[in-house]
Amino acid sequence: MKNLMEHMGVEPGRLQFSWISSAESTKFVDVVTKVTESVKALGPNTNYVKKSAAKV
Amino acid sequence: MESYIGKIKEISERLLNDGTVECVVGFRKGTVALTNEPCMITKASDVKDLVWDSNCRLNLANYLTGRKEKIAVIAKGCDSRNIVNHIIENKISREQLVIIGVPCKGMVDKNNPESLQSNCATCTHRNPVIYDELCGELVEEQTDVDKYEDVRAVEAMETQEKWAFFEELLSGCTRCYACKNACPLCYCPTCFVDESQPQWIGKGTDPIDVRTYHFLRAYHCAGRCTDCGACEAACPQNIKVRQFTKKLEKDCNELYGWEAGLTVDQRPPLDSFKLDDPDKFIM
Repeated sequence: MKNLMEHMGVEPGRLQFSWISSAESTKFVDVVTKVTESVKALGPNTNYVKKSAAKV
Repeated sequence: MESYIGKIKEISERLLNDGTVECVVGFRKGTVALTNEPCMITKASDVKDLVWDSNCRLNLANYLTGRKEKIAVIAKGCDSRNIVNHIIENKISREQLVIIGVPCKGMVDKNNPESLQSNCATCTHRNPVIYDELCGELVEEQTDVDKYEDVRAVEAMETQEKWAFFEELLSGCTRCYACKNACPLCYCPTCFVDESQPQWIGKGTDPIDVRTYHFLRAYHCAGRCTDCGACEAACPQNIKVRQFTKKLEKDCNELYGWEAGLTVDQRPPLDSFKLDDPDKFIM
């Protein structure tokens, strides 16, 4: 899925997957931090946004 | 390939006459030039309508989903692979089927009868992988073809280029759904595009909805697509919708060494788990 998303032009890092057990609180924090950082670095998504929806 | 038709008619007539099957799924002459249409023959006297030439592009496995009666089906290489898919996915049982195998040398491009359609030109499974009767000598399989040249060209692009490439590719799409209707893999009673609670996707031709549709349609075919080309053959806008499914087909081949529909004895990668499954995408 990630491969196909990136294949059609969604930036790498926009879509991320992880597996975290309910007991792995530190891993959860780590992953959330990393995801937010990488998404912040990419900035707002301008491609995959519905133009018509913006008006509503 | 035209020479197969005698044999096809002979076998079909025999099966219908002796009651082995209740119907034969094959092709008859279509109403549009250079296009044969699928048909179901239930009477031996109608067997004369069957045709076989290089314009039998659609995939006949599409007409087997959920059938209860005994059926004979004419199957070129790709049809037979999709029949295997159907058997694996319990859409029809092997016992119900008499598969009339047709070794195939490729179908011609609907817009350019001088050349093969692109999936046939690089096909490596021309002979049916599963059959009960055979209509001719098996043909030699192509070995030195490069199936994924176009996929690699897209892979080499920058992100924005890729986005623009697919924007252009899909610009003619009218959301007629011919691609999903022609696809033997698309047999859900209610497709995600038709659901309204929740509504997964807008129904118009907004470029984002069009893209989401094509992306999700392709993803539903991951590990199942045989690259039969029925979707492209059916597309009235001549959109190369296989650009999506081919990427998945390539990935499945590279990640799992999997080509769909070759054997009924192995579960597809997306419905089985192995400890050494690739997990590079998990952070």
